[in-house]
Amino acid sequence: RGSRARALPDRALVNCQYSSATFSTGERKRRPHGDRKSCEMGLQLRQTFEAAILTQLHPRSQIDIYVQVLQADGGTYAACVNAATLAVLDAGVPMRDFVCACSAGFVDSTALADLSHVEEAAGGPQLALALLPASGQIALLEMDARLHEDHLESVLEAAARAARDVHTLLDRVVRQHVREASVLLG
Amino acid sequence: MAMEMRLPVARKPLSESVGRDTKKHLVVPGDTITTDTGFMRGHGTYMGEEKLIASVAGSVERVNKLICVKALKTRYNGEVGDIVVGRITEVQQKRWKVETNSRLDSVLLLSSMNLPGGELRRRSAEDELAMRGFLQEGDLISAEVQAVFSDGAVSLHTRSLKYGKLGQGVLVQVSPSLVKRQKTHFHDLPCGASVILGNNGFIWIYPTPEHKEEGAGGFAADLEPVSLADREVISRLRNCIVLLVTQRVMLYDTSILYCYEASLPHQIKDLLKPEIMEEVVMETRQRLLEQEG
Repeated sequence: RGSRARALPDRALVNCQYSSATFSTGERKRRPHGDRKSCEMGLQLRQTFEAAILTQLHPRSQIDIYVQVLQADGGTYAACVNAATLAVLDAGVPMRDFVCACSAGFVDSTALADLSHVEEAAGGPQLALALLPASGQIALLEMDARLHEDHLESVLEAAARAARDVHTLLDRVVRQHVREASVLLG
Repeated sequence: MAMEMRLPVARKPLSESVGRDTKKHLVVPGDTITTDTGFMRGHGTYMGEEKLIASVAGSVERVNKLICVKALKTRYNGEVGDIVVGRITEVQQKRWKVETNSRLDSVLLLSSMNLPGGELRRRSAEDELAMRGFLQEGDLISAEVQAVFSDGAVSLHTRSLKYGKLGQGVLVQVSPSLVKRQKTHFHDLPCGASVILGNNGFIWIYPTPEHKEEGAGGFAADLEPVSLADREVISRLRNCIVLLVTQRVMLYDTSILYCYEASLPHQIKDLLKPEIMEEVVMETRQRLLEQEG
């Protein structure tokens, strides 16, 4: 249960926690709960979802999103965002739009989308993009490497295209689920 | 001892022929519902750039000029007059906080609770101190919604002898959208158990009391052992309800009863196996359709 002191009077608090299973990477590694990477990811997820969830409709409440990575093979942030979107949608929490995310990088003067673990470990510049597809608005754009500004356009374009493809997939699945459920309920 | 184990398998897509042919407008968040500005926006929608956009995944419902989107699965939204079953989570100064599967905890004021013996008097300081003697954290109660606050929190009352603390029985938690709204939610089923269908999705199955006790005010918890026959009936009912919920059938006394009768040939523990579930639900659906048409 969240602490009453943190309740906001006019909107909901979004609380995200990220954790990674010990068997998720190649080498089994025990990760303590409050470590830096988990906190950072949690913060990024929170920023992403605060931009998408209509928090004004739930004053004095807290929305908890807990994500656990079972297999980390690159693009963990993107996978977390896509999974959390489906979870929030299933719970019936009102959102502006889907949030679809994808990572992208720049290797040998080509923009690559959805990097795998090997490509991420190679050390090139990489960015993570979370998009609200219907309006084209960016929920979160994160990069902590050095990339020449001439290349930024193409890398961003690659990530956006991949995120839209993810949206097509999620959209299809959700629509089918809604159709099935409404058929049953009559 | 031999034990049966099953591996997870992909769920079979449900046949289209099961439901009726009504063409409903289904939306997902981000979909434009209409660009006509003459409509009033209801729940599940928001206004963005001159368009009405959906904010939840569900079906669009239109009543004259009001458009709203009914989501598939939501938390319970209280309405005055609903019957709910809730669990006490906190005992505060002059009220109890009750968990009812809604967005905010519901409130049961001390003044909305019947005193034992049915006296009508102003609640004093001694009553406040004795609150924990009436209801503690973890107790289950049945109550009616008295009022809804502006932020959506619900205020309950137990000002009738049929509401109050619940004794021995089984609680099943389902989605609120699956409980059909009816005139009465307290049913004494002919199979030998009674059921309370809370509008908030909490369903309470309990053995039918031998005789209705008056004057107890709903506080005396009956702790006599329940007979094996009654317990079997209650377990079977619980499995039937879980079965109906997984196949998304609306819950009301007739559907539960038909499902119970359709499940009699099977053993109670077999009822939750997928193939038996389908068989029982198909039979239930057929009987319900026959009864309607």
